[in-house]
Amino acid sequence: MPSPEVMKWVRTRFMPHIWCPGCGHGVIMHSLIRALVSLDADPKSTVVASGIGCSSRMAGYINACTLHSTHGRSLAFATGIKMHKPELTVVNVMGDGDCTAIGGNHFIHACRRNIDITAIVMNNNIYGMTGGQASPTTPFGAFATTTPYGAIDPTFDICKLAEGAGASYVARTTIANPRQAEQFIANGIKNKGFSVIEIVTHCHTQFGRKNNRRLPIENYKFFRENSIPLAVAKEKTPEELAGKIICGEFVTRDKPEYTAQYQKFVIDKAQGKGE
Amino acid sequence: MAEAKNVAFWQGNTAMAHGALAAGCNFFGGYPITPSTEIAEVMAEELPKKGGHFMQMEDEIGGIAAAIGASIAGAKALTATSGPGFSLKQENLGLAYIAEIPIVVVDVMRGGPSTGTPTKISQGDVMQARWGTHGDHATICYSPSSVQECYDLAIKAFNNAERFRQPVLILGDEVVGHMREKVVTQDPAKLKLVNRVKPSVKPEEFTPYKPNPATGVPEMAAFGDGYSWHVTGLTTNEWGFPTNDNAEIEKKNLRLLSKVDRARDEIVEFEAESMEGASVVIVAYGSVGRSALRAVRDARKEGIAAGFFRPITLWPFPDKELLKAAQGAKTIIVPELNCGQMVLEVERAFKGHSDVQPLNLVNGELFKPSEILKKIKEVA
Ligand SMILES: Cc1ncc(C[n+]2csc(CCOP(=O)(O)OP(=O)(O)O)c2C)c(N)n1
Ligand code: SF4
Ligand SMILES: [Mg+2]
Repeated sequence: MPSPEVMKWVRTRFMPHIWCPGCGHGVIMHSLIRALVSLDADPKSTVVASGIGCSSRMAGYINACTLHSTHGRSLAFATGIKMHKPELTVVNVMGDGDCTAIGGNHFIHACRRNIDITAIVMNNNIYGMTGGQASPTTPFGAFATTTPYGAIDPTFDICKLAEGAGASYVARTTIANPRQAEQFIANGIKNKGFSVIEIVTHCHTQFGRKNNRRLPIENYKFFRENSIPLAVAKEKTPEELAGKIICGEFVTRDKPEYTAQYQKFVIDKAQGKGE
Repeated sequence: MAEAKNVAFWQGNTAMAHGALAAGCNFFGGYPITPSTEIAEVMAEELPKKGGHFMQMEDEIGGIAAAIGASIAGAKALTATSGPGFSLKQENLGLAYIAEIPIVVVDVMRGGPSTGTPTKISQGDVMQARWGTHGDHATICYSPSSVQECYDLAIKAFNNAERFRQPVLILGDEVVGHMREKVVTQDPAKLKLVNRVKPSVKPEEFTPYKPNPATGVPEMAAFGDGYSWHVTGLTTNEWGFPTNDNAEIEKKNLRLLSKVDRARDEIVEFEAESMEGASVVIVAYGSVGRSALRAVRDARKEGIAAGFFRPITLWPFPDKELLKAAQGAKTIIVPELNCGQMVLEVERAFKGHSDVQPLNLVNGELFKPSEILKKIKEVA
């Protein structure tokens, strides 16, 4: 049972939730709330924005200022919120489909601006909500309702995408390591800039049933057995890393943050202030 | 008149931007597109001067999303575009309708479909303005026909967006957007501005979608104001929770329409001239209203009993008002720069009791008054 501090952040009135029993999304929600508790965040000045998908339903379950927007677009909404009220802590939760398919454009531009938003990507390698269609992270050969012969599309590496597009904090872990998830989320929120935390999770209902990982526990074991810490991975060859989930903090860099830049180089300039 | 500071010589697009600023707009989210870009350019320059924010987003979808996000955080937000961008905005426009988020959306119409004729006038988007986003919703849509109106209607659009907690549209067109005229501006200090009603209850008691019984409009807290609440595109109950309860679904859907419907008479605007005893009535809107008025005046000079009626709100459509003003008219002519869209509303108003005739032009030009006069003479 979660602690009373955690339960304060849960909108029990919204229960029962829509998630299948054993879905990894709940583990991520718990990690996020623990991170918020550890940072002593105030629900009244914390925004949780999301798009559409099983993962995105999380926004409604959190007792904060929450926005469940449209499929793929949440980062653009969150950008408007953050620009108008930079003092708010803004977290944005997305699924792999939401973030990297329909929302890919908003994702790379939010990275590029380095706006102070913490994006959590709940990567279950599938479109869970709509019944198990392939997403841009469905592995080669995996079965989905739209890949009855196995997926052939090359996948996105979400962390590399975020790094290349300019995010200032990028990390990955799995739901088999919820303490690390909490730590990375807290680090992401603390980072003054755009932070991306990919959390590899499972959709046993849709992905698992077609790919021999039908039970939540089988997925948990799979993640445990196939995760490699970044430091260890650095010593390995690409062949040794095939199919492995590299976990760790890939990017921690100081970069100018967008709302501060706007204040300094646009508003102050327009108002004739500053140097 | 003394050289007043309150007189400007502006393009319609510039006037719309300044009207928005006078109305308290402090956020713009958008993406460049002809023939609306000047609105973004003015906002980029002016908003930061008053501490507001201008965001050139990655596309029009992001533009309206950022505007809605800013409004949820308490801003008065604008987005402006033209046909292709207006198409892209439709999904998020629907979110603003169902979640009851005030924003103003400008569409400066050019020829379509698709890329069409970017630098030429059209009125091809009027039914898209009414029905473009899926699902039922109440549309409030203004149609300016002068630069002064671009300014004045932008102020009204913001006031009504705040009053009704919903998107308000302004349908400009390439001609009114780009022509230059004198504008008398308002002293913002003296303007009557409407602001969304903030919650009157403590955060624990706040029910974000419980309507005020007198208006049908719920109070609205901004993110960061001490209220934590949920905004969603799902149909919700009064607590803002997604619902599958038939009665709750129906209640929400009907209220989205009735909150505007009950105030319809206060929203509807039109301009009329020479309607008394008119046997031929021209119903025209936007830039076409200018050609039509001239044609009606010329017809009167020639002794033809012509009348002029211009809806300023395309929606709510001034049907009652038109019916009353055009009593006894034999023929109603509806000139439009499309293949016949608002004519459907006019036919609906008359329900077959008058002869309603379309007059359509889709060659990228504005009607000449003589073209409308010719039609008047044909039916007179
Ligand atoms: C514009 C639009 N297209 C399609 C959908 C249907 N849809 C809902 S959720 C979803 C995919 C969600 O997948 P993901 O983001 O990975 O979230 P998950 O359910 O796996 O957590 C899709 C395609 C939609 N709601 N809106
Ligand atoms: S369908 Fe998949 S992603 Fe959705 S709740 Fe069930 S297990 Fe989770
Ligand atoms: Mg998914």
